[in-house]
Amino acid sequence: MSDVLLTVSGLTRRFDVSKPLLNRVIEREQKQFLTATADVNFEIRRGETFALVGESGSGKSTIAKMIVGLLEPSAGEIRFDGKVMDFASGAAMRQLRRRFQMIFQDPFASLNPRWRVGDIIAEPIRTFGLLRGAAISNEVGRLLELVGLSRADIEKFPHEFSGGQRQRIAIARALSSKPEFIVCDEPTSALDVSVQAQILNLMRDLQDEFGLTYLLISHDLSVVRHMSNRIGVLYLGRLVEVAEAKRLFLEPQHPYTRMLLDAVPDLALSGRRRTPVTGEIPNPINPPSGCTFHPRCQHVMARCRSDIPVSTATATGEAACHLLVPEPIREPQNS
Amino acid sequence: MAEPLLSVRDLVVEFPTRRGTLRALDKVSFDIAEGEVLGMVGESGAGKSLTGAAIIGLLEPPGRVAGGEIWLRGQRIDNLPREAMRRIRGRRIGMVFQDPLTSLNPLYTVAQQLIETIRTHMDVSDKEARARAVALLDRVGIPAAARRIDDYPHHFSGGMRQRVVIALALAAEPELVIADEPTTALDVSVQAQIIDVLKEICAERGASVMLITHDMGVIAETADRVAVLYAGRLAEIGPVRDVIQAAEHPYTVGLMGSIPTLTQAAERLTQIPGAMPRLNAIPQGCAFNPRCTRVMDRCRRDRPELIARSGARHVACWLYDSAKETANV
Ligand SMILES: Nc1ncnc2c1ncn2[C@@H]1O[C@H](COP(=O)(O)OP(=O)(O)OP(=O)(O)O)[C@@H](O)[C@H]1O
Ligand SMILES: Nc1ncnc2c1ncn2[C@@H]1O[C@H](COP(=O)(O)OP(=O)(O)O)[C@@H](O)[C@H]1O
Ligand code: SF4
Ligand code: SF4
Ligand SMILES: [Mg+2]
Ligand SMILES: [Mg+2]
Repeated sequence: MSDVLLTVSGLTRRFDVSKPLLNRVIEREQKQFLTATADVNFEIRRGETFALVGESGSGKSTIAKMIVGLLEPSAGEIRFDGKVMDFASGAAMRQLRRRFQMIFQDPFASLNPRWRVGDIIAEPIRTFGLLRGAAISNEVGRLLELVGLSRADIEKFPHEFSGGQRQRIAIARALSSKPEFIVCDEPTSALDVSVQAQILNLMRDLQDEFGLTYLLISHDLSVVRHMSNRIGVLYLGRLVEVAEAKRLFLEPQHPYTRMLLDAVPDLALSGRRRTPVTGEIPNPINPPSGCTFHPRCQHVMARCRSDIPVSTATATGEAACHLLVPEPIREPQNS
Repeated sequence: MAEPLLSVRDLVVEFPTRRGTLRALDKVSFDIAEGEVLGMVGESGAGKSLTGAAIIGLLEPPGRVAGGEIWLRGQRIDNLPREAMRRIRGRRIGMVFQDPLTSLNPLYTVAQQLIETIRTHMDVSDKEARARAVALLDRVGIPAAARRIDDYPHHFSGGMRQRVVIALALAAEPELVIADEPTTALDVSVQAQIIDVLKEICAERGASVMLITHDMGVIAETADRVAVLYAGRLAEIGPVRDVIQAAEHPYTVGLMGSIPTLTQAAERLTQIPGAMPRLNAIPQGCAFNPRCTRVMDRCRRDRPELIARSGARHVACWLYDSAKETANV
């Protein structure tokens, strides 16, 4: 059994964001594409929590949806437990789906309001035919207790619960097919900090108990730092750095990681001096050439504007920045 | 001691409903000094926005101020006629809200809106107003302000729009700026820029700030003092450093422990059991008592008032009452 559970290579997703055909003809415009995820590579090891951080629009949810099979990649492949995910084969996808589940940001939208909690949680059990009859409600009761709710909640509807409790229901549902791998897309972003702490603690306990592997997606660096073993940083659809969680924030290797870190307000009141953060994320339809971070980067060089940096090994993991690769020596040219 | 710029005394805000009256703010009292930044934190529904709305007289009906007083530099403003209150808004109290689009009119250019605000409140010519507006936009960090001023709000990115809103809030040189979650809708890397601009420009002009946010990190870096709201009541108020590094109210202690940080890697986060009560189910006595690990009999019976502690800190908790009962363990 390999140590690696999931491998993502060259993962790319483009969206067609063109105007309707008629408008395009009249306004003489070309088709337009938005690259939400560009050539992303990473692996997730069995039993670890791998996190993806990035600002809004950096492609986090797009990657999550491709991994759980809700969205087809435009290029690249995803390997789960050694097997390439085959989006064309319904039977193969169904086999895989039982083994991974997803938890979404919005606990209000992700639960069907007309279903009772018991049916919501039992749905994966029924879909995959894992149990029958009374065994199902017994299992649902057990799951509810596992996530800190009570058996009596089986009969209730989602609107009778607070945001944090709904996220517990979503977690119980995700656990019901006994998955090995759970993709959590901003699981606590809609919650207050004290409720967030309850959910993060619960996620950790469940991981310890069942040996789960997590892909955790968040824009909150502190949450990611607290929860994960390794972290990938996304900027405009590209993975700019991957590092061990402990070291990423101590020794950021990529200028964007450093900037993001400088932007996080400091509870420690250390009065640490930061470099001022500048600029905003550019329009993803026309991203800057070369390194897409170059208009905001303090270290920008000529080649940053023309060449896309490739990922190279660093002391803490890997990063894609020209600073990390010595400039190729050019032969002096005689004119 | 100098008179505070803003003084809120025993503020009560209520919503009459068919099933009875909901009390959303219950005897909230605090001051904001001249030039001070007061942070107001609390979880969603704690009453932060209502506090701001009550001060500027923009409570949405049927919500109403049902008790208490609000004073602005010695003038009582909670019972002013609407027209008089409208003149105070914009002129003496500026506002910045979470969504910049609620503060900007999409049909007018930024120049029109800024000039209108400046001319409504100040006796200056059109030309002078425009020059002031350009200078302000430049100050809040809009590149090429003289040209961009004639653009419409939707031509700006989210971060740039919030800069425009800050310029608008400060256009008439108010004494107080109330900023309600000014960065919540923005990207992390833009949040820091907006907070910096807001803080610097208010400091320059000597304006006090009431900064409402659920983000303790923003408060830590920005505010002089912080007020912690829980279920419509003040739990604790004091200098930022004291409250963050040595919280006294059990709710604040739990809140601080539940925040993951970049620097200290705790194995587990502190967890406050349960959730904040709904307005129709606020427990008798201390509103926090069902969740409090140090609850005493008295907490279930009597509501604790703010008690003065050392420094400038006040805490509403029976643990700090001199006539303290012994905790039942
Ligand atoms: N169905 C779609 N059609 C067109 N564009 C899309 C679609 N889905 C996503 N995008 C675009 O792809 C980019 C990445 O989106 P994605 O939702 O993955 O971002 P994210 O990192 O999850 O952001 P957030 O933090 O806001 O959730 C964005 O520019 C987004 O507008
Ligand atoms: N129009 C309204 N009718 C009834 N209750 C309201 C209304 N507006 C706000 N509230 C209640 O008042 C409380 C405080 O709200 P608010 O000040 O918006 O909280 P915060 O800004 O701290 O999240 C909440 O419990 C909220 O549900
Ligand atoms: S490649 Fe160049 S522009 Fe991009 S982050 Fe590195 S130094 Fe900055
Ligand atoms: S008054 Fe009592 S219940 Fe309330 S916070 Fe203090 S100790 Fe806890
Ligand atoms: Mg997303
Ligand atoms: Mg609010």
